[in-house]
Amino acid sequence: MGTEAAVTPYTPSEMMATVAARELRDGEVVFVGIGLPNLACNLARATHAPKLLLIYESGAVGAEPERLPVSIGDPSLVTGSLMVCGMADVFQCLLQNGRIEVGFLGGAQIDRYGNINTTVVGDYEHPKVRLPGSGGAAEIAIHARRTVVISRLNKRAFPEAVDFITSPGHRMKGQTRRELGMPGAGPVRVVTDKGILDADEATGELVLSALYPGVTADEVRAGIGWSLRSRDTLGTVEPPADRDLHLLRDVLDPRGLYLKS
Amino acid sequence: MRDAVAALVRDGDTVVIEGFTHLICFAAGHEIMRQRRRDLTLCRLTPDLIYDQMIAAGCARKLVFSWAGNPGAGSLHAFRRAVEKGEPPLELEEYSHFGMVARLSAGSARLPFWTLRDYMGTDLPVANPRIRSVVCPYTGESLATVPALNPDVTIVHAQRADAEGNTQIWGLLGVQKEAALASERVIVVVEELVDQSVIRADPNRTIIPGLAVDAVVVEPWGAHPSYAQGYYDRDNDFYVSWEAISRDASALHRYLEEYVFGVKDRAGYVERCGGLERLRASSKVCAGVNYGY
Repeated sequence: MGTEAAVTPYTPSEMMATVAARELRDGEVVFVGIGLPNLACNLARATHAPKLLLIYESGAVGAEPERLPVSIGDPSLVTGSLMVCGMADVFQCLLQNGRIEVGFLGGAQIDRYGNINTTVVGDYEHPKVRLPGSGGAAEIAIHARRTVVISRLNKRAFPEAVDFITSPGHRMKGQTRRELGMPGAGPVRVVTDKGILDADEATGELVLSALYPGVTADEVRAGIGWSLRSRDTLGTVEPPADRDLHLLRDVLDPRGLYLKS
Repeated sequence: MRDAVAALVRDGDTVVIEGFTHLICFAAGHEIMRQRRRDLTLCRLTPDLIYDQMIAAGCARKLVFSWAGNPGAGSLHAFRRAVEKGEPPLELEEYSHFGMVARLSAGSARLPFWTLRDYMGTDLPVANPRIRSVVCPYTGESLATVPALNPDVTIVHAQRADAEGNTQIWGLLGVQKEAALASERVIVVVEELVDQSVIRADPNRTIIPGLAVDAVVVEPWGAHPSYAQGYYDRDNDFYVSWEAISRDASALHRYLEEYVFGVKDRAGYVERCGGLERLRASSKVCAGVNYGY
């Protein structure tokens, strides 16, 4: 919750959606996922980035959904969009073609080098928990010019190394993205519920770069499974403006499907 | 539908029921369950509720897929029970969406494999040794490869087709074209059967030519609880309720008894669901174009 008297109280989800929206620049081409990424993109479009171009993996290009999409293939993504194409076109002619500037990713596990696991907890052949799998995440992680990860902090979600690399980060079993020939820059930023992690430009390791209002670095470290390094100077992050909260609560997610907590 | 499934879907077949969130042919899945097909290799990018039901009903030997969740709503618990506890055992062959798309592209082009710039740094080729690589003979670059997928039978739901199977889809197109053209046999299930003049008036909207289609089945509401653009919306409440139904194996079997085995056909299912009119699409008709010359 916000701590300063003049600030309207907000939930961690509202903060994450707002911070993720600020990652997007006007005119960029963004590959959108359902949930908080969708809210972040539509918040950005309604505020500082009216020319943001939203592409959904289901094939809607330039979507302007008039209701909150409840799935990645919601019919409201089609109505009024610029183009609807088949999925071979989405992956081959748009994503692999290099047209996607920003991709959003999330996952059950994110590790020190930004590798993401959405496949299994435990061993692949005999998993403790079977997760949905890649979907389009592996190729988004490889091809988008940069990716932004959204995830809440806790030690199980941020282990030193993921159980399974579904979506590659900056360093995989000792090899770098460049050595492996990946076109995109990878997960440059991780938006959490307490602060922001950035990938170190030299090592690719995720480091603490900014704290949300009222949060200490130790509170962030409590949710990270490795010894988290920190930038020399930590940034501070502005809480959501009243206009952001109005858009999120009254326009974009009026039933609070993704913003309640 | 009964005749089409009886004639064209056989035990042990590799079956594709495609449609990315949109136009998922639950009507065909239910009929396959009613006819007790067994040992199927079920392939779809997103197994969705329909394959969760077919796994629970004992139709599946193997699942080929790229994202196995309840989209926007939770897990597929019959799938998870099979994978986590072997109840019942289920073989997996797993790709990413791009990999599945590429497999069907290769299949539709009758090539043995497809190349893609993908999978470097991921553990997917470790989990699935059918994801391999090839050195490009022009640039020397190493590219990922996936094998062609040529199903025995593909089932596609569509808004409309003529009696010869010339099939028109609008809204999200998924991989239906590739899946149909990759397949040995094709069943098209439509909301409406139209006169061929309707198809000929708007040929750019045809996704699958009749020459590739073996049977056309008319089944209004055949994609429920998924949706058909311009006909009805997704029944999201049902997708949300699936979390509780599928989590409990006995609740899931009660569901199948009531809505699949306990009805004769799709009309019986629609009647048992009741109130589907609430999902009827609003009108947003496009202007049309001049095909003259």
